[in-house]
Amino acid sequence: MSTLEIDRVRKTYGNLEVLKEVSISIGTGDFLVLLGPSGCGKSTLLNMIAGLENISGGEVRIAGKVVNELSPKDRDIAMVFQSYALYPTMTVRQNIEFGMKIRGVSPANRDKAVRAAADLLQITHLLDRKPSQLSGGQRQRVAMGRAIVRQPKLFLFDEPLSNLDAKLRVDMRTEIKRLHARLGTTIVYVTHDQIEAMTLATRVAVMKGGVVQQLDDPQTVYDRPANVYVAKFVGSPSMNIIPCRVEVEGTTATAIIDVANRPAARIPGIGLSSQAASTYANRKVLIGIRPELFSVGNGQAQGAISVDVDVVEPTGPDTLAVFHLGGVEVTARLPPKQVNAGTAATLAVDTSKIVLFDSDSEELIN
Amino acid sequence: MANALSQPKPMAEVLPRQNRIRLGRLFIYAPLAVMAVLYLMPLWVMVVTSLKPLDEIYGGSFIGPPQTITLDAWRSAWSQACIGTECTGLRPYFVNSLLMVVPAVVLSTGIGAINGYILTKWRFPGANFVFGLLLFGCFLPYQAILIPMARTLGLLGLAGGIPGLVFVHVAYGICFTTLFFRNYFVSLPDELTKAAMVDGAGFFRIFWSVILPTSIPIIVVSCIWQFTQIWNDFLFGVSFTSGGNSPITVALNNIVNVTTGRKQYNVDMAAAMIAAIPTLLVYIVAGRYFVRGLTAGAVKG
Repeated sequence: MSTLEIDRVRKTYGNLEVLKEVSISIGTGDFLVLLGPSGCGKSTLLNMIAGLENISGGEVRIAGKVVNELSPKDRDIAMVFQSYALYPTMTVRQNIEFGMKIRGVSPANRDKAVRAAADLLQITHLLDRKPSQLSGGQRQRVAMGRAIVRQPKLFLFDEPLSNLDAKLRVDMRTEIKRLHARLGTTIVYVTHDQIEAMTLATRVAVMKGGVVQQLDDPQTVYDRPANVYVAKFVGSPSMNIIPCRVEVEGTTATAIIDVANRPAARIPGIGLSSQAASTYANRKVLIGIRPELFSVGNGQAQGAISVDVDVVEPTGPDTLAVFHLGGVEVTARLPPKQVNAGTAATLAVDTSKIVLFDSDSEELIN
Repeated sequence: MANALSQPKPMAEVLPRQNRIRLGRLFIYAPLAVMAVLYLMPLWVMVVTSLKPLDEIYGGSFIGPPQTITLDAWRSAWSQACIGTECTGLRPYFVNSLLMVVPAVVLSTGIGAINGYILTKWRFPGANFVFGLLLFGCFLPYQAILIPMARTLGLLGLAGGIPGLVFVHVAYGICFTTLFFRNYFVSLPDELTKAAMVDGAGFFRIFWSVILPTSIPIIVVSCIWQFTQIWNDFLFGVSFTSGGNSPITVALNNIVNVTTGRKQYNVDMAAAMIAAIPTLLVYIVAGRYFVRGLTAGAVKG
């Protein structure tokens, strides 16, 4: 049993409200990623769960127990920090032992726990070194070791990979995922990197301005983003958001997008709920198309659109083609060498995964 | 191009440049040497004078090396010279100074360390204001607090003795030591204290086990600074103690100023050396930490 419930939690500094009634609830073994740009309140929220910041309003419950007034050591949590925060004058062993020493764990049990954690993280040969003698990845492991020996109900990770170089970051990401699979402990993980969120999470909370924009599993967040902000934040290159008008027939819509110097592009076959169909008929909306929904089509197919390709960016496995639709820049992810810059191309669109947003509220239209 | 570079240069071209460099060096080293001699001159005079018999000094040679070396002046300064009416030498006053300086340095450094720790890692509303007030204390001239301090010591029952002097130096030193430690601790990441809190450590445990072990350089800086300030202080010593309770600086003044008959230059010089040796020793033993500690806060790795 190690659930976490964040119930209408608020944080204010004087008149400044940095968290506005945040509610998140996850179950035992969940991997929650708090995703957002810097200043969105995600680290503040994590610190409040840890007990390092006061909670201005609402409740945080760990395993059903309200922890608002408990100090960090009594919350049964362990935390890994962005800077690792290893104690610089202690050896790796002393770093890992420190918490157990304070809790009065016997030397024999301490030693056993250190061995087990060091084995798991493959840092046994580093136990007698000082943090300054370790590489970034090794420090990261030690920091995780320090958290693991605690055997907490909840692991808290505060941007643990952002100080590592790109290659190591990917390795450690896999490592953390493996660790989660082995230990099965509930994890709360803060990051601004949407790839980390997608790869690690069982639940993602996308945050902006102290408000949770969407709380869902990663695939849902990717496929059905709750609003334009989430759509643009998750995925790289980000989702194309194009102003358009919809014509509705029954519960199927056709998006009509203005194209400079060409007839308007028509994308038919977009599914809508009957309520949305009546509300948005003949209105302006925003259409969201992921770059990979485009494919190279032929001129005859229904829903094929003709565009003038501006720029081509080969990435290796794919080529990104940039062109203009509806007055905005649009990126398509295409197989390599299919289109050339400065020429016209005909593209087909997979309409089953297209999403529509209200043009005023920017919320998802079901 | 590569050929032109690898060709050896004709000697005529190389030599003048080297000579020019040597000449430049001469212009640097010569003034440096002159300044060094100028600065070391008083020390030289003190040392040789303290080793000469009085007759030799009055015989005319002041700067030259001693003809006959004698430690009589040192012996006299240490245990026989008359200070006021007592002829005890500097020894009891040296002990006074030690009794004053050790607790004062330990207390002011310790309190400064805790202050700096609180001001950086346990910030409270108005912490910056408090720090500002403490900084202000660094700029208070000694003279300004003489009379209020005399009154305070009187009320506390500490007037006239060494404990009173310890109190004055601790109170005065806290401003500086707090400044040292605060500036040093501000460069330690806050996540360090947070990690220790999650590990279950409390206020003092974090201070002892995590913060203090990283602070050796700044502790050394604080101790050297406080030691020299307190050991060399004359004004507080002469104002707040009297007679047998005086620190060595006051006693030195009395030896030099209160003489009958011929002025005993050799004893005066030996006494001055005795009074200066502890600060010299501190710098020699811990000097390299001093520079390291002063720059440690500035460049954060």
